[in-house]
Amino acid sequence: MLYKAIPIKRIKISAIDLGIIFFLFAFIYGVVSTARGWRESPGYAINISLSFFSLPYYAWLSILRQFFAYMLSLVFSITYGYIASHNKSLEPFMISLLDILQSVPVLSFMPGVILGLIALFPYGRVGVELGSVVLIFTGQVWNMAFSVYGSMSTIPRDFDEAANVFNLTPFQKFIYVELPYSTIGLVWNSMMSVAGGWFFLMACEMFTLGEKDFRLPGLGSYLQLAAIKGDIRALLVGLGVMIAIIVIIDQLVWRPLIAWAQKFKVELSSEESVPHSAIFTLLQRSTIAPLIGGAVEDFWERISRRFPKKVSISPKKGLLSITRRILISILALIVVYGCFRLGIIVYKIPAFRWGDIFISDLFTLLRVSFAVGLSILWTLPVGVFIGMNPRLSTVMQPLVQIFASIPATAIFPIILMWLVSLRGGLSIASILLMLLGTQWYLLFNIIAGAMSIPAELKEASSIFGLSGIDRWRKLIIPAVLPQLVTGAITATGGAWNASVVSEYVHFRGTTLSVKGLGAMISSSADRGDFGVLAASTIIMIITVTIINRFFWRRLYWLAEEHYSL
Amino acid sequence: MAIIETKNLTIIFDMPNNTRITVLEDISFTLEEGEFVAILGPSGAGKSTLLRAIAGLITPTHGEVLYRGKLVEGVNPGISMVFQSAALFPWLTVLENVELGLKAKGLPPKERREKAIKMIDLIGLDGFESAYPKELSGGMRQRVGFARALVVEPEVLLMDEPFSGLDILTAENLRNDLLDLWIEHKIPTKSILLITHSIEEAVYLADRVIILDRNPGRIKQEIYIDLPHWRDRDDEAFLRLVDRIYGIMMGKPLVPKTVRPERYVTPLPHVRVGAIAGFIELLSDLVDTKVDIYKVAEDLQMDVADIQPVIEAAELLKFIDTTGGDITITEEGRIFAEADVLEKKQIFKKLLLEHVPFIQQILQVLNSKSNHRMPVEFFIELLETKFSESEAHNQIEIAIDWGRYAELFAYDEDSKEIYLEEEVVES
Repeated sequence: MLYKAIPIKRIKISAIDLGIIFFLFAFIYGVVSTARGWRESPGYAINISLSFFSLPYYAWLSILRQFFAYMLSLVFSITYGYIASHNKSLEPFMISLLDILQSVPVLSFMPGVILGLIALFPYGRVGVELGSVVLIFTGQVWNMAFSVYGSMSTIPRDFDEAANVFNLTPFQKFIYVELPYSTIGLVWNSMMSVAGGWFFLMACEMFTLGEKDFRLPGLGSYLQLAAIKGDIRALLVGLGVMIAIIVIIDQLVWRPLIAWAQKFKVELSSEESVPHSAIFTLLQRSTIAPLIGGAVEDFWERISRRFPKKVSISPKKGLLSITRRILISILALIVVYGCFRLGIIVYKIPAFRWGDIFISDLFTLLRVSFAVGLSILWTLPVGVFIGMNPRLSTVMQPLVQIFASIPATAIFPIILMWLVSLRGGLSIASILLMLLGTQWYLLFNIIAGAMSIPAELKEASSIFGLSGIDRWRKLIIPAVLPQLVTGAITATGGAWNASVVSEYVHFRGTTLSVKGLGAMISSSADRGDFGVLAASTIIMIITVTIINRFFWRRLYWLAEEHYSL
Repeated sequence: MAIIETKNLTIIFDMPNNTRITVLEDISFTLEEGEFVAILGPSGAGKSTLLRAIAGLITPTHGEVLYRGKLVEGVNPGISMVFQSAALFPWLTVLENVELGLKAKGLPPKERREKAIKMIDLIGLDGFESAYPKELSGGMRQRVGFARALVVEPEVLLMDEPFSGLDILTAENLRNDLLDLWIEHKIPTKSILLITHSIEEAVYLADRVIILDRNPGRIKQEIYIDLPHWRDRDDEAFLRLVDRIYGIMMGKPLVPKTVRPERYVTPLPHVRVGAIAGFIELLSDLVDTKVDIYKVAEDLQMDVADIQPVIEAAELLKFIDTTGGDITITEEGRIFAEADVLEKKQIFKKLLLEHVPFIQQILQVLNSKSNHRMPVEFFIELLETKFSESEAHNQIEIAIDWGRYAELFAYDEDSKEIYLEEEVVES
């Protein structure tokens, strides 16, 4: 044991280590005491106080919800991605399911999730708390699952063969090969997901369902209540707290994680710019962090020895396939039954309602197109400008990242305040929210695309005297098009989702709404009208899928085939 | 005693476009205890597939792999493997990478560590235990690959072109270190099976060389190398053996291939016109009459695997003639080498029409069409009945390159159509 264990006398507890210990203690205390609050609080309609002094507590509750929702997402996405990439017969089904679930707006999950969990936990706040966590989870998990699936199904053949030649058990292969290979993608997607969680925080902490009004103490409900009451001061302070939390989490969690994840890069060549994090460097220097790391490793190993050395599939095959068949049949029955019930609900919707839904769909489609078009219009020149100036992009990229992580929904009420008196104010505000929420995907991707234009191409275009429009048509547009389309796909999906929270708003004691599919979904959820909720959700999924398949994907293939660098 | 035996091993891959490709056909050989065998063959001969079938990573379509007389199902229990790319896990340190196979065996941590450290020392990586693969040079990385394979003390060590990714000096160094471990019995390994495309490497290391033919891959010949170790590359006997194997590899197949009725079935070598022309010119400067292929490769300072397709292309067009390992430039070849650009195109065109049926076929199709145009997809589909999808694309790409140079037809990238050159002049 010469090589790893540190002799007792050499353990030095530094300030960083004390920091880590205190942090862990405080966290544990926080979780435990919060959970006690769940049991003690009586109903679900809790009075939210707009006093500034309640803000730290509310913020803490919101952070905890995000944390648990993220943990849930992490476990789910790794499990889902693992199964989808290892089971050839389930793979196509699981992936298309993921594709569909991804385009379901968070609020459409709400009635099912909340009613189900309240039925399971009828006492205290537990049911609603869990419901809120699950709602945040539904907004985070899908792209993470996609990322895990994508990584695990593209493991380099050599790695796979090496793992097999050395007889790694499936669990060892998961721990030493598959999970590490998926880490980088998972970290980046986690960042995006958690940002999405903040975006929908307000909708996830305070909502009505039929006659019932659900309010959970938290930053999201604080902001929403401030908006309903028209309390600008509270709104601004709440927003400030939220931005502060996001920036702190970025520095304390995501930066170190990204710096740590560099270890899992497969390319063997050294990179020109490696992400740095001061916190990560500090943690590396501490005594405790590596000890914890070692303990985790030992733990994995101990578990891995519990697992069978080799899975003998052949003798059990008959039994396995029978149980599998039974499971699949049960699943299929549930699915058929669900579809049948949904069919009945949807069938009962009168024809004029359907007409209404389709017209609403068109209105929202118009808003979404306008928002995405506007985003492209400004992000294309700015993104190209930033991307083509290396010095500028090193300064701008972190700044853009911080801007992007500010949830637009929190700024929304402030915007609304100015626009509400205008004619069509909410419609403009709705487009603005879509714009604010989704333009960053485009900007990121365009900067990345412009940065990847080879220097020789830029030089060549200067030598041949390409300038102005020609330079854009012959060099820039072709070079950034694939990236632009990638960004636009995400942006369009996000904009549809944003319509749900922006077309129908509780504001200054009244309810404002414009015609649109998003308003249709929110208002039907509010009323508890499940038929219309289901129907409009289905129409939204279909619309998003059609636009993706027949517009963006085509454009993407075209761009890839002709202009890929 | 045979440790590993393959019996009538045939491997057929099902391609996505419903075609089937026979990668290996009827391979039967034994690997005896104490033997170092090299499997030699041109690219596309299915060498790697054979190794993977022996390792139990690929299940053969027909035939079987036996380990000590027992049928191998799943991963072969008696083997370990060194990969061409080293295939180290970048997130594990050198020590952790080496320990991984022992972990899978369920060895307790202490024993595991001792064994791994010992092997790392033996392979010459002392002091690099806690380094990550990223910090190591290519040669050192491959050393870790060897340590990782050897630490589990396999009976048979399988090696998939382990030296081909390294520069000459590093590769030679590693080869000698491996040979030292092997001949001096410093490792308990009982047999070694090496996949390589380098004849010299095979003759330098192995006791027996198995030469594979391609399309489909089958055993062409086996040659015993009786020279004692350490072998001298400049030694007369060594050179004779290398020469002989070159002859076998490059020469006409010893077993006559089954005659196929289709005319375009002979694949075009993946070589562009520029390379063929350059090769002929170099060759005509280098030699006057007959010359050894081995010598040519050496003079051009090229690896035989790189030069071989070029030789094949030149022979297909009858610029050169290779019989039994010697190259002679044909009359056309000599004229071609001396000609100017336009004359070169003329000669190339003439030879192309004479010797490449697929080009003739393209021309026939284009001529039969009233607008003299045909989507390239048509030809690709035609090729896909004989080749895999990616190979069909390679084939048409080469055909277009050759046809364009000869000004027989041209290709429109935007409409993805092949069309006759006159068309351009007329329209």
